[in-house]
Amino acid sequence: MKWIASAVFAAVALWLPFFVGDFYINLASQIFIAAIFALSLNLLVGFGGMTSLGHASYLGVAAYVSALMTSRYGFGHGTAALISILGTVAMAAFFGVIALRATGLGFLMITLALSQVLWGLAYRMSDVTNGDNGITGLTRPAPFGISLDSAASFYWFALVVAIIAFVMMAIFVSSSFGSSLKGVRDQPRRMAALGFNPWMIRWITFVYAGFWGGVAGLLYVYYNKYIHPTSLSTTSSAEALLGVIAGGSGTLAGPAVGAAIVLLLKNYASAYVERWNMLLGVVFLFIVLVMPTGIVPGLQQLAARFRGRWS
Amino acid sequence: MTAPSSDLALEIIELNKAFGGLKVTQGVSLSIRPGERRLIIGPNGAGKTTLFNQISGDMRPNSGRIRLFDEDVTTLAPYQRAHRGLSRTYQIITLFAGDTLEHNVTLGLLGLLPSRWQMWRPLSSYRHLAEDARRTLDSVGLLHLADHPVSELAYGEKRRLELAMAMAQKPRVLLLDEPLAGLSDNERGTVKSLIASIPKEVTVVMIEHDMDTALDLAETVTLLNYGRVIVDGERDTVIADERTREVYLGA
Repeated sequence: MKWIASAVFAAVALWLPFFVGDFYINLASQIFIAAIFALSLNLLVGFGGMTSLGHASYLGVAAYVSALMTSRYGFGHGTAALISILGTVAMAAFFGVIALRATGLGFLMITLALSQVLWGLAYRMSDVTNGDNGITGLTRPAPFGISLDSAASFYWFALVVAIIAFVMMAIFVSSSFGSSLKGVRDQPRRMAALGFNPWMIRWITFVYAGFWGGVAGLLYVYYNKYIHPTSLSTTSSAEALLGVIAGGSGTLAGPAVGAAIVLLLKNYASAYVERWNMLLGVVFLFIVLVMPTGIVPGLQQLAARFRGRWS
Repeated sequence: MTAPSSDLALEIIELNKAFGGLKVTQGVSLSIRPGERRLIIGPNGAGKTTLFNQISGDMRPNSGRIRLFDEDVTTLAPYQRAHRGLSRTYQIITLFAGDTLEHNVTLGLLGLLPSRWQMWRPLSSYRHLAEDARRTLDSVGLLHLADHPVSELAYGEKRRLELAMAMAQKPRVLLLDEPLAGLSDNERGTVKSLIASIPKEVTVVMIEHDMDTALDLAETVTLLNYGRVIVDGERDTVIADERTREVYLGA
């Protein structure tokens, strides 16, 4: 059942650019980027029990570093990508040391504060970041000489990265380290008594989530060819968190579905309703009331109930 | 520094702990030999669990030393003590409710193995861990429930699983915090024989309220009251002591 679903998804995803117009292809590319971002946040929120309100830091910093290096300092995309990912990981390692002094609400507040600092810097250091004007006129890389400028080619690029990200994170959470992580989420004291180092487990996960957040940031800046301080804002972090919770935190498919919903609402609803945030709020409220564990687990329960009725 | 006293499994020297003005551990010193069965008794609020929490590293004492097999572990984190052969169970059941029994015990095994850091191989592929876990579950009579989630267990079975998780780690020193609490007569008998069957090389320190059952298991007894050691010694001596009757058995 799972295999058939994956095969159908793969087939549709691969051939999508042959059937639909650029608008939808671009929308799908954006969904992939948002999904990678939400999945990386889910490592913290869903599997680690660390609710972060500052995950946009990694997306934003990776995007800014790449943008600055390619546009201002004349580096090639390869070097820029490498350095921005390394820089993002190093930043996650440092932020992790600060934020993981606390758990729960304290952790959330520290991640929020750190991301606000970066957001403020992006706004204020206008001689570097160009402030509120953002950095424009960026280019997309051409891996192996293949241009990513068309909607379809970028789509396939994003698809490949998204699949790799999904598989890597799926392996991560089902590994023995992933089991340790879930154990630390559920019973930190017990895990410590059993010989696990809860702090180190959380920190490694924090850094790994930062890495994938950085990857999402690179795709984000490649796609938009533009970067603005909003990508570092709390709103950006909160939208991803909303996607994770709405889709089903602690599941693998949930955050991807949730991110897609947030993005679709943002794109479609904003065309018709000026206050699309309000609509997002209502939809979120509905999900929380009807399916408190999120859409994916909710639908699974529903499906199980139907199957039980028919057999 | 105290002189090394190499023949002790667990040595506690002048331990003090206070929560604000409330002194919960006052100058407690204990010497426990390898393989000893030590029972710690005392009325509610005597500081028994707090003492355990300091031994396991969940709490830091304000002063005093804790030595495990002649190594000072006072400032070590709980996981470091676990790697030096210390295991414990909890008075309040602390299990992974959504996971299967096998997974719970497997976590206990994994905690002491380097493969707990392994990030690409699924835990389910470690067949020998699963087999080990099942063997341990068998030894506490829970093998038939190995694939069930903990949330489906009855209370007494959870108590046995607590024991199984600690036993799976093959500890050198085992701290049991009220392993018989809340059990029916029948289950009490089961758990009692489980504790009695713990290999002799394991040092067992047990907190227990149920004196009738626990005294049979103990060789030595420590009586705590208001965070102080009142009486300490061979079982029969402690029971016969005047102060024990006064404090615990109700004068």
